[in-house]
Amino acid sequence: MVGGNEVIKKKIFNRDIITNYFFIIPAVVIFSIFYIYPFFYTFKLSLNEWNGIDLHQQFVGLDNFIELMRDKDWWASMWHAWYITMIALTFQNLFAFILAFACDRDLKMKNFYRVVFFIPPILSEVVVGLIWTWILYAGKQGGEYIGLLNYTLSKIGFSHLAHNWLSDPKTALTCIAIVHSWKGFGWGFIMFLAGLQTIDRQLYEAARVDGANMWGILKNVTLPMMIPVIAVVVILTILGSMQAFVLIMSMMGNELAGATSVPVTQILNSMMATKRFGYACAQGITFGVILIFISVIFKKVSDRFKEV
Amino acid sequence: MKTFYYKIIKGISVTFIHLFLLSASLTCLFPLFWMVRSSLMTMDTIFIDKSLIPHTISFSNYIKAWVDGNFALYLWNSVFYTVTVVFAIVIISSLAAFAFSRLKFPGKDFFFYMFVAAMMIPLPGSFVPLYVLMTKLHLVNTRIGYVLCMTNVGLSMSILLLKTFFDKMTPDLEDAARIDGCGKLGIWWNVGLPLAMPAIAVIVIFNSLNVWNEFILANLLLNDSRLMPLQKALMQFQGVHSINYPLLMAGLTIAVIPIILIYLAMQKYIIKGLTSGAVVG
Amino acid sequence: MKRTIGIFLCLLLFSGCAGRREDSKTITLWHWMTDRDAVLQELAKKYEEQTGIKVKINLYSPPSSYSQKIIASAQARLLPDIYGILDKKKVFASFIKNGFVADLTAEFKKNNSAWEKSLFDKALDVNRFKKGNVYGVKPGIYGVPLDVTNIQMLYNKKLLKKAGITKPPKTFNEFLDDIDALKRVGIAGFVSGWGELWMADCFASNYAFNIMGEDKVMATYRGEVPYTDPDWIKVFKVFDILRKRGAFIEGIVTKVNKYAEQDFALERAAFAFNGSWCVNVYHDMNPNLEYGTMLPPPINPNRPMSIWGGAGSSFVVNNDSPRKEEAIKFLKWLTAKEQQAYLATKTRNLPSNRYALSSIPPILADFARTMDYTTHPSIWKYNEDAMVTKKFDECIQMIIMGSITPEKAAEEVQKVKEQELRRAIRRKKR
Repeated sequence: MVGGNEVIKKKIFNRDIITNYFFIIPAVVIFSIFYIYPFFYTFKLSLNEWNGIDLHQQFVGLDNFIELMRDKDWWASMWHAWYITMIALTFQNLFAFILAFACDRDLKMKNFYRVVFFIPPILSEVVVGLIWTWILYAGKQGGEYIGLLNYTLSKIGFSHLAHNWLSDPKTALTCIAIVHSWKGFGWGFIMFLAGLQTIDRQLYEAARVDGANMWGILKNVTLPMMIPVIAVVVILTILGSMQAFVLIMSMMGNELAGATSVPVTQILNSMMATKRFGYACAQGITFGVILIFISVIFKKVSDRFKEV
Repeated sequence: MKTFYYKIIKGISVTFIHLFLLSASLTCLFPLFWMVRSSLMTMDTIFIDKSLIPHTISFSNYIKAWVDGNFALYLWNSVFYTVTVVFAIVIISSLAAFAFSRLKFPGKDFFFYMFVAAMMIPLPGSFVPLYVLMTKLHLVNTRIGYVLCMTNVGLSMSILLLKTFFDKMTPDLEDAARIDGCGKLGIWWNVGLPLAMPAIAVIVIFNSLNVWNEFILANLLLNDSRLMPLQKALMQFQGVHSINYPLLMAGLTIAVIPIILIYLAMQKYIIKGLTSGAVVG
Repeated sequence: MKRTIGIFLCLLLFSGCAGRREDSKTITLWHWMTDRDAVLQELAKKYEEQTGIKVKINLYSPPSSYSQKIIASAQARLLPDIYGILDKKKVFASFIKNGFVADLTAEFKKNNSAWEKSLFDKALDVNRFKKGNVYGVKPGIYGVPLDVTNIQMLYNKKLLKKAGITKPPKTFNEFLDDIDALKRVGIAGFVSGWGELWMADCFASNYAFNIMGEDKVMATYRGEVPYTDPDWIKVFKVFDILRKRGAFIEGIVTKVNKYAEQDFALERAAFAFNGSWCVNVYHDMNPNLEYGTMLPPPINPNRPMSIWGGAGSSFVVNNDSPRKEEAIKFLKWLTAKEQQAYLATKTRNLPSNRYALSSIPPILADFARTMDYTTHPSIWKYNEDAMVTKKFDECIQMIIMGSITPEKAAEEVQKVKEQELRRAIRRKKR
């Protein structure tokens, strides 16, 4: 009967959809407890003034946000984070891509490189901070430079280039950006490598048969196929670099008079140093909104690329 | 003549490439080398002896780190946390990513973007409500509380990465699997996971690293030192006022070995992923 | 597939194993002092042998992590029996007002104030709230000092001799001359951990007290004297002058104190500004270091030079703890002469018990001699607002780097001060 079939169809439809939900339930449950709940708490806290200890909070409405807009130090720290991100996006990722490309083909010692390039990401920020601080150290003992970079420069005759890398506000941020990129390019490297590996070899064969040289293959086969992976790497780089802070803290002590501050260190400062949890939450939310904004723009751009 | 010319160009470019790669490798290997070298010295010699290979080599730091630092216990804890969390993340995030990529249900986009947005909004001060909540749930100072919390940390990025790889799966493969009698779970297990092997390898490495190097949440959520991971021992070698460098380096070296092993094991899958997976197209 | 799920479930079950819950008579103590953990554990064992009461001591490092844990535990009402508050007096006051800290005044006053008298006044002052304090806390003593420290300057005897300097400088101008002499033989003059803002703040504060006196500084904190006052500009100028003379070691503003200590211990600089805990550190790094202590050389000869000092580490007792009595007894024992002497010799820190002084090494005695000239933000009537202090310290860093003039720095700090004063008025109106 017609009516019966319709009823049966509806039932299957519902059960089907419900079983689909089971796939995401574990993730959503954990996420709700550990993120959603603190998120609403953070949101509520941003509208208050609280020192983290008192039993009561003081409602201040949007005052924290208004104050934040006028906070020069905050926006300076945003700019610093963006600077680091720019260097990471270009320097780090370009380098990672070239290396992945080079290792994708049949190259001797391919496996060796694959392992070695991933060592910086493996090392903890503590080690990286300690070692690079020593390398960039500008002090002298007994007339000789102690830091490796200045020492080498002085030994090969470029001693006029020796500099206080980490204590000059003009160079400190760039040095940090470079160390950050050095530590991070291993990630881009293996993700690009993973992506390159999933490109069907037959496509390369077909292109070669059509008479394309290395550049042609790169432009017409590799890059288009890699666009989704490139997109993910770029967005992860942006998000990771904007939120970087552990490396900076381990290399710079607490800050260099704001010359190397980044948003997360500002937030931690508001929380633990000046004990203004409400303000810290306002900073966090503003930061998140800006990051979301960047990601949305980025998605629109990458979608346009995908169509091409 | 042409081929000879071509061979020379190829030879030069290959040499150049190798030179380039080797110098990059040098900068990557140097810190590791320095770590090991420092760990073989003692506090007396570390600031004086500046040579690349120390004049007197002593393994005493390793013994001290292991015994005094109670490394065995902390190592075991770190291994446990890493294995459990990574396992949990791989299963939970691949299920979710599979659903976001291949299944239809209302609110799919909403949930997906929720996870993605979480990567962008840092939650300062979240340690306070988190701690209070965990206390109410009696999860403070428990292994499972820490495991669950760390699982959450890696979820968003893993879901995003896996969805990208699942998206590459064509409907033909799905249909083929369905004809073979697989339900949705079967498709996930038999087709989706093998295809996303490279991504899963990346996720395993990424999250292993996160959990292994983590100490802020461990300090917060765990009270008993019997539950603490390796990083706690390393923090102890860094005194409030002085750092026992050789000892710290020895500890860091011991701590780095398991991660390198995990990476060595996983990086094969990044290549193998394709050959054992289905043929695309 | 079933096998993997099986493994996963096993792991999950194992992870259900929680930490052992302590029996109700055990005292829990949380601290952050990595270099003292071993000694504290020994002492805990000794206490258990003597009294049968178990003390569980847990270390959480680094200190920033420790503070986070304490704040979170306070909110969850899960504080341990004994813990420390690593923060300014204002925060200490908040903890007390919210009922997290026990009032120990009665205990101190017992037996004709026996306990109180045995400890250094300055050490107790840090933990004491006087009558009429601005924080609105009931007057009394709320914490127990474990040791005392003060922050002074140190000089390397060998390096000074190399530059032809026979005795440490007694005035600021002598100090500048010494810097010149050191430069002539290629030795860096001065090092300190000014990557940590509070250390730079301490140095500035010492000179502020010397230049204008405590009363004027307090008036500034109250908002009655602006930071653009010539005396404050003189304070800023101290750093400017030192910079111009090339006194500072390279990268002083990015040095965490640990690295600064390294520099002095390895004889890379002739003068250092550091606290008495450095004795332990220097000994570890370079047992042959020959050095002595001195006050920072004063600018104003008519006023004494003040230095910061007082309690090094202090413990408080959780007011909600069912084991308050036992906890207080343990702290009394810990600050008794015998235990203090043991701590002092093992960790090379100054004891807070004045009767334990006879058993400390000579260089520590040098430090201890100046305990009576010390002051500390915790005992001042007023304290500066945290946002203003942050700006102040950052401006000092910028002066040292040469990116701002003392006059401009004063303007910047005054701007923030006025902003904070306005905010305070708005808050009162609510």
